[in-house]
Amino acid sequence: MAILIIAELDKQGLGAECAKVVGAATQLGQEIHVLVAGSDVAEAAGQAAQLAGVTKVLLADHECYSHQLAESMADLVVELAGGYSHILAAASAKGKDTLPRVAALLDVAQHSDVIAIESEDTFVRPIYAGNALATVQSLDAVKVATIRTSAFDAAASQAPVEVEAVDSVKETRLSQFIGEELVQSERPELGAARVVISGGRGLGSGENFALIEALADKLGGAIGASRAAVDAGYVANDLQVGQTGKIVAPELYIAVGISGAIQHLAGMKESKVIVAINKDPDAPIFQVADYGLEADLFDAIPKLTELL
Amino acid sequence: MKILVPIKRVVDPYVKVRVAADESAVELANLKMAINPFCEIAVEEAVRLKEKGQADEIIAVSIGPKVAQEQLRTAMALGADRGILVEHDEELAPISVAKVLKAIIEKEKPDLVLFGKQSIDGDNNQTAQMTAALTGMGQATFASGIEVEGDQVTVAREIDGGIQTLSVKLPAVVSADLRLNEPRYASLPNIMKAKRKPLETVSVADFELQLGAHQRVLKVTAPAERSGGIMVGSVEELVEKLKNEAKVV
Repeated sequence: MAILIIAELDKQGLGAECAKVVGAATQLGQEIHVLVAGSDVAEAAGQAAQLAGVTKVLLADHECYSHQLAESMADLVVELAGGYSHILAAASAKGKDTLPRVAALLDVAQHSDVIAIESEDTFVRPIYAGNALATVQSLDAVKVATIRTSAFDAAASQAPVEVEAVDSVKETRLSQFIGEELVQSERPELGAARVVISGGRGLGSGENFALIEALADKLGGAIGASRAAVDAGYVANDLQVGQTGKIVAPELYIAVGISGAIQHLAGMKESKVIVAINKDPDAPIFQVADYGLEADLFDAIPKLTELL
Repeated sequence: MKILVPIKRVVDPYVKVRVAADESAVELANLKMAINPFCEIAVEEAVRLKEKGQADEIIAVSIGPKVAQEQLRTAMALGADRGILVEHDEELAPISVAKVLKAIIEKEKPDLVLFGKQSIDGDNNQTAQMTAALTGMGQATFASGIEVEGDQVTVAREIDGGIQTLSVKLPAVVSADLRLNEPRYASLPNIMKAKRKPLETVSVADFELQLGAHQRVLKVTAPAERSGGIMVGSVEELVEKLKNEAKVV
């Protein structure tokens, strides 16, 4: 038996999540095949072929996969599913969109946001916004799971393996791509950054996020936000860290003007070092912070930026 | 247009849960329960479509214990026209929930099935996608904007790098994200009126479904506690600690 990983693509080619999912899959000690489906994606397939542990890349290059919409992707994966014991993808917006559809078509359960693999059929995943961890044994023949990428190391590189073309066209016509508005950013991607600086309601306005930006640029970090800051319109919603936004686990997480609601903690409490800067000494964020500073952020952040 | 809104009874999102001492589950006895917040957003969106004249009937459906009636009444107080409770005491895996919903959909034939994107207890984010798969419908998950035009629904979706817009043929499955709308509060007169709206109770056994055992929860544990941190007195001290103690900058 082997493992099938569904690769995600971005503008540069293969998405950064894929190396993490391959890293997780290597713990299962089986052959690893990566499916690269899209339109004009030979380059991404070449990148997948160089991830350590991958034994074969399947390349489905057709216009019907150009935006990796769930309906055609799921049909393609189900057609290829015979012979695989595990089907994995990253627990990203795309993985979460597609994999449950695959699982239902195969009549098996899906395991979401897996943070540890205990054996080939037993996985650990957070529930209740990360306030509990469930160890779940799958009773299905095929295990379908999304992988929380912040919990696994990326695969290293290797000499490229074989890329095999898959000649399959799944046009469902159920849904159609209309457009996309992507946020332009020069900073590292939130999910992969070594340092994340997040702002909350305490910033008071979108303009004041410039303070966070200056600090992020100094540290080469990414910017995050609490739900309150997103709802108030200070920043775009794809910067939200939390149960309903992105889950991050950087080496350093600096929470500025964030009280620390459980929904926010669910998205960042696995960070290696947490720093909280808040003027309310009773803010719950101080309970998870390694270093807490009770101060007005408008004084502390410029000073911190200057001293670093 | 007929809209079906599946809702779930979950622990109130502001309650901090504890793991049971025998590590079998999360302690839920005597905790405040509520409609899952994402389901509430789905109900609100259905009501707004009805107010725009684009929907004529909203059916709220829930699969759960008898007390889940409370959440169906809340949905009806918010504007759903009637409720269906599929009584079942054990927690079902999303694949089984999707099979039950498929049976309801075949009976009610809605044009749009509006879900919340995930429930805040299991955090699975699967049921909408699975229901779409089993019924052969198209899907638009994580919706932050919904426009119905003719036999299509145009949905703005929250994706990792921004917003993506899809057009899906009706009947379709859409799942609501946080920013789709701001749910209204139920007014007292509407809470009273909701008590007289029809609520049908059925049981999973009525549908002759094969709900296989797909998974077994071996244990539920509390996550590792973070070791206690320290408060620093100044920005200078913070920088010093980050450089020399934590060595992260």
